[in-house]
Amino acid sequence: MSFLDVKDLKIHFPTDDGLVRSVDGLTFGLERGKTLGIVGESGSGKSVTSLGILGLHKGGRAKISGEIWLDGEELVSAPAEQVRGLRGKKMAMIFQDPLSSMHPYYTVGHQIIEAYRIHHDVSKQVARKHAVDLLGRVGIPEPANRVDSYPHEFSGGMRQRAMIAMALSCDPELLIADEPTTALDVTVQAQILDLMRDLQREFNSALIIITHDLGVVAELADDILVMYGGKCVEYGSTDEIFYSPEHPYTWGLLGSMPRLDREPTERLLPIKGSPPSLINVPPGCAFHPRCPYADRTEGRASTEVPDLAPTERGHLVRCHMPRTERRTLWENEIKPVLETQ
Amino acid sequence: MSENEPLLSVRNVEKHFPVTAGLFKRQVGAVKAVDGISFDVFKGETLGLVGESGCGKSTTGRLVTRLLEPTGGAIDFEGRDITHLSQGKLRPLRRDMQMIFQDPYSSLNPRHTVGAIVGAPFRIQGVKTDNGVKKAVQEILELVGLNPEHYNRYPHEFSGGQRQRIGIARTLALKPKLIIADEPVSALDVSIQAQVVNLLEDLQKELDLTYVVIAHDLSVVRHISDRVAVMYLGKIVEIAERKRLYSSPMHPYTNALLSAVPVPDPKARKERERIRLKGDVPSPLNPPPACRFHTRCWKAQEICKTVEPPLESLASGHSVACHFPENAPVAATADTAGKD
Repeated sequence: MSFLDVKDLKIHFPTDDGLVRSVDGLTFGLERGKTLGIVGESGSGKSVTSLGILGLHKGGRAKISGEIWLDGEELVSAPAEQVRGLRGKKMAMIFQDPLSSMHPYYTVGHQIIEAYRIHHDVSKQVARKHAVDLLGRVGIPEPANRVDSYPHEFSGGMRQRAMIAMALSCDPELLIADEPTTALDVTVQAQILDLMRDLQREFNSALIIITHDLGVVAELADDILVMYGGKCVEYGSTDEIFYSPEHPYTWGLLGSMPRLDREPTERLLPIKGSPPSLINVPPGCAFHPRCPYADRTEGRASTEVPDLAPTERGHLVRCHMPRTERRTLWENEIKPVLETQ
Repeated sequence: MSENEPLLSVRNVEKHFPVTAGLFKRQVGAVKAVDGISFDVFKGETLGLVGESGCGKSTTGRLVTRLLEPTGGAIDFEGRDITHLSQGKLRPLRRDMQMIFQDPYSSLNPRHTVGAIVGAPFRIQGVKTDNGVKKAVQEILELVGLNPEHYNRYPHEFSGGQRQRIGIARTLALKPKLIIADEPVSALDVSIQAQVVNLLEDLQKELDLTYVVIAHDLSVVRHISDRVAVMYLGKIVEIAERKRLYSSPMHPYTNALLSAVPVPDPKARKERERIRLKGDVPSPLNPPPACRFHTRCWKAQEICKTVEPPLESLASGHSVACHFPENAPVAATADTAGKD
C-alpha cells in the first residue's frame, strides 16, 4: 500500500437542480518523495478532490464515499475530529491566491505561529523562532523583521512563499498545492517552482500539484492524472502522458497550447466545444460531444461509460477506442502534427 | 495614407498617476505607470506587448484607445494627433479603434441581451445598417462562431469562451481598423484559449484588422504577433520582429522571461539551464534609477546604475535598451549564455 491511497473516491453535492458529481470514482496512489500532477480544466473536479483529501468537505452537504488511506489511516469514515488532528500536521495545503487565503488582520508570523502551536505544545517564543526559521527557509529576506508584517505588505511572490512556510510549519508528509503559481508572474513562478522542488527533496514529502498548466506539471510531476468531468481519463508517468498519451482529450490539451520550445505553427489545434458543467455531464463518455473520434466507438460513446483500462505500456486510459487503434492514431496522425508544432 | 505610414504612432508617451496624502490631497509622488514609450503599429500587423504585472502594458492599451489621457508625449492615429482630444471629438474615432477586454464575466452587462450588447455600438454611433441592426448583429454573431439565434439570450447563459466571443463580436460591430486586445485569452481554459486565438487570427485575415495584443503569456504572444515589445516598469526594453525576439533576445530581461516559462516537455527539465531572477519587480512608485532592471540583472555594472540606456536599434527591426546586450544568438530553449 502506498503512503497515500485513494480508492474510488466520490464526492457528490446534492443541489436543487440535481446531483453534482464533482468527483466520480477517482483512484490513485502516491509515495513519499513523489509528486503527482492533477491536470484539468475548470470544473473538472480537481480542486474538490484536494479539499476532499484534506477532509474539508466533511460536515457539509457533500456526499463522500470511497476510501482515502493516508499512512495506514482511513479518512473518509474517520470522525471529523481525527481528520482535523491530521490537517496542518500530517497534510497541508497551499492555495492558489495567497491574498484571500491569509487573514488580513493578523501578521504573517502570527498565522504561522498559530498553526504550529495547535499541533505542538511549545511556548510562543519557541514557535516564533520556528516561524522566523521557516520564513528564511522559503527565501524571505530579513525574516526576523518580516515575521511581523501583514500579508498586504508582501508582494504576490512573497505571500506565496509565506503561504508555503505556513503549510510547512509542522513538517507535513503530504502537501497539496492547488494552482500554486497561477496568480504569479512568470519569473516569480519559476522561483516558486524551484522552491517547491527543493523543499520536497529536503522534507521527502508527498506532493500533489493541481494545475491547468501542462508546463508546470512537466517541470515537477513524476505521475500525471488527467481529469475531465469529475473522472480520471488518463493516468500514468509523466513521460508516458507527454510522449505517448492515448486519450483524445490529452491530445487536445497538448494541441491547444502554443509552445515556446517549438517552431510556431500557423494554427493551434483546439478542442471544439467547451468543458461540460458538472450538473449536466454528458452520458456515456463525458468527452464524447467534443471528441473527434467519437464515431469510432460503434455508438458506445454516448451510452456506456468507458472503463479506465491499462494500455500496453501500463498507464491507464478511459476510452472506448480499441488500444491498437489509439496507438495507430497517435503514432500516425497526432504525434507528427504535434511535433511539427 | 501611404503603405509605410504607421496606423498608430506612439511617441514618448507617459502616464503618471498622482499619489496624494493628507487632508488637502497634497501630491506626494507619482506612479510612473508608463514612462516614455515609443512604438509604431502598421496596418495589418499584430504587435504583442508583454511584461509582468505592473509593467504598464494595460495602461499603454488604455492610453492608446484614449480611455486614459497621457500626461506627456503624443499619440497619432492615422496621422492625426489624438493625444488630448476631448470626449466629444473622440467619439467618432471610437468606431475605428476598439478594445477586447480580459474578463468576459465583468465586461458584459448581465442585464442586457446579447443583441443589445453587440448592437450598442450601432446605436451609440448612430450607424445605419441596410437591413436593420438585428440583422447586422446576427451576421457578426455568426462571424465569431456564435449561433445567431442566441440574439435574445443573456450573458450568464454562455460559457466563458462564448462570452469572450460576444465581447469580440461587440468589438467588431463597426468594422474597426485597430483592435487593442488586453489579455484576450488569459481568463479562459486551455482548450478554449486555442479556439479564441484561432478566431482572432481568422478575423484578422478576413477583415484586414490591425491588432495590439497585450498579454503576459509569452507563448500566446509569440503565436499571434508579428512584432513583440517587452515592457519592464513602464519602459519598453526591447522591441523586435517576433522571430528575432524569440530566437535571439538581446535584453537580459527578455532572456530571463523566456527561460522562466515552463516548457511542457519533461525531458527538457533536466537539460535546461535557467536564468533565475532574484526578487520581485520593484514598485513603479519608486523605480530604480537609470536602467530599471539593474537591481535584478546579473550583468549590471556601475554604468547601469547611473546612465539610463536608450532604446537603440542594434539590428534591422530590433531595438533594445541595454548597456550590455546579449549579442550572441541565444535560443530560448537551449540557453547557453547568461547563466547564474
